[in-house]
Amino acid sequence: MLKVAVISLLLTPLVGALINGLRWKSENIKSAAFLGIAPIFISFLSSIYLFFSLLYSKDTSFLVSIFEWLNIKNFQISFSFLVDPLSVFMLLIITGVGFLIHIFSVYYMSEDKRPAKYFSYLNLFVFSMIVLVLADNLFLMFLGWEGVGLCSYLLIGFWFTDSQKAAAGMKAFIVNRIGDIGFLLGMFFLFQQFSSLSFPVLSGIVDTGSFDLNSIKWACVFLFMGAIGKSAQIPLYIWLPSAMAGPTPVSALIHAATMVTAGIYLIVRANFLFVLAPEVLILISWTGAVTALVAALIACAQSDIKKVLAYSTVSQLGYMFVAAGIGAFTASLFHLLTHAFFKALLFLASGAVIHALHGEQNIFRMGGLKRYLPITWICFLVGFLALIGLPPFSGFFSKDEILWSAFASGHFGIFTILSLTALLTAFYMSRLYILVFHGSFKSKVSPHEGGFFASFPLITLALLAVLGGFLGIPHLISEYLPFHPPHAIEVYLKPVLSSAFSFKGSQLAEGLLMLGSTVLILGLMLMTFYLYLKKEEYLVSLKRRIFGFSQFLEEALGVDSFCSSKIVQPVLNISHELWQGLDIKLIQGFILGIQKWLLSLKGLFEKGQNGKMQNYAVFMMFGLLICVLAVLIR
Amino acid sequence: MLSALIFLPLIFGVVISFIKSSRLCRIWSAIFSTVYFLLSLSLFVLFDSQTEKLQLVEQLSWFPALGIQYFVGLDGLSFWFVILTAFMLPVCVYSSWNLVHEKVSGFYCCLFLMSTSVMGTFLSMDTVLFYIFFESSLIPLYFIIGIWGGKDRIYAAFKFFIYTAFGSLFLLAAILALMHLNLQSTGEISSNLLDFYKLELPFLGTHLFSTQNILFFCFFLAFAIKLPFVPFHTWLPLAHVEAPAPGSAVLAAVILKMGSYGFLRFLLPLFPQSVEFFAPVISLLAGIGIVYGAFMALAQTNMKKLVAYSSVSHMAYVLLGIFSLNLYGLIGGFYQMLTHAVSSAALFLLVGMIYERTHNLNILDYKGLAKKMPWLAIFFFIVSLSAIALPATGGFISEFLILMGAFSAKNWGALIFGISGVVFGAAYMLYLIHRVFFGSPSLLMEKIVSLNKREILIIMPFVLLVFGMGIFPHMFLKYSSTSLNYLHKHKTHYKLSIKTSSLKKTVPSLSNITISLKEGEDKKL
Repeated sequence: MLKVAVISLLLTPLVGALINGLRWKSENIKSAAFLGIAPIFISFLSSIYLFFSLLYSKDTSFLVSIFEWLNIKNFQISFSFLVDPLSVFMLLIITGVGFLIHIFSVYYMSEDKRPAKYFSYLNLFVFSMIVLVLADNLFLMFLGWEGVGLCSYLLIGFWFTDSQKAAAGMKAFIVNRIGDIGFLLGMFFLFQQFSSLSFPVLSGIVDTGSFDLNSIKWACVFLFMGAIGKSAQIPLYIWLPSAMAGPTPVSALIHAATMVTAGIYLIVRANFLFVLAPEVLILISWTGAVTALVAALIACAQSDIKKVLAYSTVSQLGYMFVAAGIGAFTASLFHLLTHAFFKALLFLASGAVIHALHGEQNIFRMGGLKRYLPITWICFLVGFLALIGLPPFSGFFSKDEILWSAFASGHFGIFTILSLTALLTAFYMSRLYILVFHGSFKSKVSPHEGGFFASFPLITLALLAVLGGFLGIPHLISEYLPFHPPHAIEVYLKPVLSSAFSFKGSQLAEGLLMLGSTVLILGLMLMTFYLYLKKEEYLVSLKRRIFGFSQFLEEALGVDSFCSSKIVQPVLNISHELWQGLDIKLIQGFILGIQKWLLSLKGLFEKGQNGKMQNYAVFMMFGLLICVLAVLIR
Repeated sequence: MLSALIFLPLIFGVVISFIKSSRLCRIWSAIFSTVYFLLSLSLFVLFDSQTEKLQLVEQLSWFPALGIQYFVGLDGLSFWFVILTAFMLPVCVYSSWNLVHEKVSGFYCCLFLMSTSVMGTFLSMDTVLFYIFFESSLIPLYFIIGIWGGKDRIYAAFKFFIYTAFGSLFLLAAILALMHLNLQSTGEISSNLLDFYKLELPFLGTHLFSTQNILFFCFFLAFAIKLPFVPFHTWLPLAHVEAPAPGSAVLAAVILKMGSYGFLRFLLPLFPQSVEFFAPVISLLAGIGIVYGAFMALAQTNMKKLVAYSSVSHMAYVLLGIFSLNLYGLIGGFYQMLTHAVSSAALFLLVGMIYERTHNLNILDYKGLAKKMPWLAIFFFIVSLSAIALPATGGFISEFLILMGAFSAKNWGALIFGISGVVFGAAYMLYLIHRVFFGSPSLLMEKIVSLNKREILIIMPFVLLVFGMGIFPHMFLKYSSTSLNYLHKHKTHYKLSIKTSSLKKTVPSLSNITISLKEGEDKKL
């Protein structure tokens, strides 16, 4: 039964993708949507089934093997899937949020000419993502890993007749490939050390403690490199903002809720390895912290609604990396969960806004939308409050847990950076919210709500964004609550996560931290509201004073132009130079030189140039004869 | 059976050359080639994959005075290349349906003759016989390029011929030297490869010019040019650009494999110490070749040249795998030959389908082709995925194993180059796709029509193979893994024996006839 559930979980999206893919020409959104949504719903039900069967089972994990993939000496890889709390946790997010976003897509893509193609890609993505999280070994995980990358490429460039959008997809794929080098090398190191790539086997060997620590460290460094690429951290984050060229539901699903968290998942999945490499953990947490801060800074100056959210995603992923880096794996996953809810919500809400304004994405040309789009407004507001981390919204609990873990484990530098980032988050999100929904209405079109397909996912996600946090109520608060609700996520994930680190500190400090951050964030939010609504002239003058800096931020620190002028262009130039210089002139010239020399040497060969085949045959026979004679004479 | 596989195309070719009507010519070629392919499939039953021994052997004396035999046999190393060669024949025939309008019978005749010589190359176990087949494959391809090719076809054909013939001279010299050494040590004159395997060639430690090293070099040069390995590769892009699409496809799928097959059949077992001695250098050069080929591909504005340079890059992977000298690399390299055959042949066929419509290969003239030829775009993309080595395609399995082989061999330099090919490979392929297929269609694209049923039918098997080879590599490797394992395990004392109970008894009369035909072929040309 379990096997059936796993197979149906995997196969239905694949079959959906195939069917929709084969009828990609169909312009009928209804059939395409049905064929796209039904498989995801079945997958969602299967995930729920797996959740309960795991919950009511004595075992903490199941292994479901389908068939063998490769078997070369000791390199044995099969299509086998590991059902444990961690993978089920991810599955519920992927299929649950994925289901809602599929529904929203019906609204968003209703005027598109190729709905079948769209849903085919989207189903393929969900399939790849399921493979990624269910894989029992790294090799199979890489299949999902590259699969989601491929779907991301296809969906970013979905409107490929726009050359720039297609280019954004290409950029995403190639930048991700740089990270993939790390993934491959990580696999090589692990396989060399353990002769296996399967997670249960690896963790079994690690428990017995016979291994070379150095190669584990290298493996962790390289796996982290892979994670950086997929989860858009410095220096490989550049693809994510460009990826916003895709349809907005895609941004919500792939570039906010699921795919970009694959890097976190990888680290948490291999947490038993990473805890053996403390240096790598430090690297991870600092990378995360710096990324969180820089991305938040850039987000403050963006004018495209999706770009703000994209940089915000990068920043929030930084939080998750910090949590993983300091060993607070539960907090990392908790934030992954809440972030999936509220960021998907924010993207869908902004998608509703963009759709209602016929494709307008510049926040300075929006404004006053709360009267026209009340449901979207409320939902966006919920997402916004959750993101900046005000209680009792979900973001508060997860972010607070990360901050507290950093503080309690003595990473004060990182703690300071993250706190600062939290304040910046409050600023840029308040700015976004005000500019879009308040102030005067500037658009020429008359926006209206999208009906069931738009509102149902929005409202559901909004509810989740409010309630999601209660899955992880901190112990400090739960003591004062009736029935002392447990930190559900911690309890559920306990079997798979390393408990090498503990985060105990004084209750007073924890309480003060909670209170302080709430007050500060609230204050900053209100101040931003005030400034943007009442004192716009002051902001204008402020912007003029720091013009250089804000320009710099607006251009995302000039990283993109740096990359194209200092990396991409030179590579193309070098390849051209090499071709013209080395390939044509040197090698070819050299060989032609020999050829000419030979030809001048032997008048006989000149006849050969006329291309008559008889001559060649004669030459060959002649040469052969000489050689044969030479042997005979001996 | 094997002789039938070698010489049937020759007979077909001769028959075809007497047919005047081009329509009938096509139909008969199609029938012949399909029958031939189906016949080759019987090997799946006849071939025993459990043993590394030579099977279905047919052996008879040819020039007893020189010890030259007609000696053909099949083992795991050659099995897939035989199938591949037989598979490419109908593909080429179908894909040239509307391509060739002049001298139709000549074209098909050349295709069939080429099959004969390629098949013979993969099956012969006598070195002189091998050499004859190896060389004679040049002639039909020379004609295909020279007569049915593009603008600079004569120059391309000539260059192609000179290059590979140049390498073959070394091959011939080395074969004769081996015969001589064999004569010295055993007192019997023979050109039998199995006898050569028994030779212990002197290898004087680090002394560079020992007998073994010199012979190694000769063989290496011949096969490296065919492969083509980087400093010797410039004949390939030119030949590809000028050749008609089926010619390009067969060149990439089969002819190049004759070089890489040579590495497995001759270099590794014959010169084990030299191979080990030079392996780090060659691996490094192969790594550089991977990146170099990728850079070249990045710079191209001609579609066919781009795909040709991607071949250069991918074949360097084969070399990297083989010279990592461990089982992963060896199997990876072997598998890469097959996956590359599938992906590059399909890419050349697809490019040919574009060319048929526009007669233009300049990438810069294209834009938004996906809008006009959606099916072609889909197929092209899927096949590129294998070239990019995405998991679930065959290319991934082979590249992964090759890189893992390089890693296990601790060829760090080669590994760094090879693994950066992962990025560059994606870059040039996606860059090509981006420029040709995406954007809004340009004026040139106005009148292009989508693929017809015949073209879709030609590409479908390739698409299925791309995924089949990626998801069920076991199904493909099981026919060869015994042989590869044996080759790996017995690197230094490689002894191939013949599996008893062959078809020896029934065949001689047939092969006598076909040999005289073979001689006739030489004279006729």
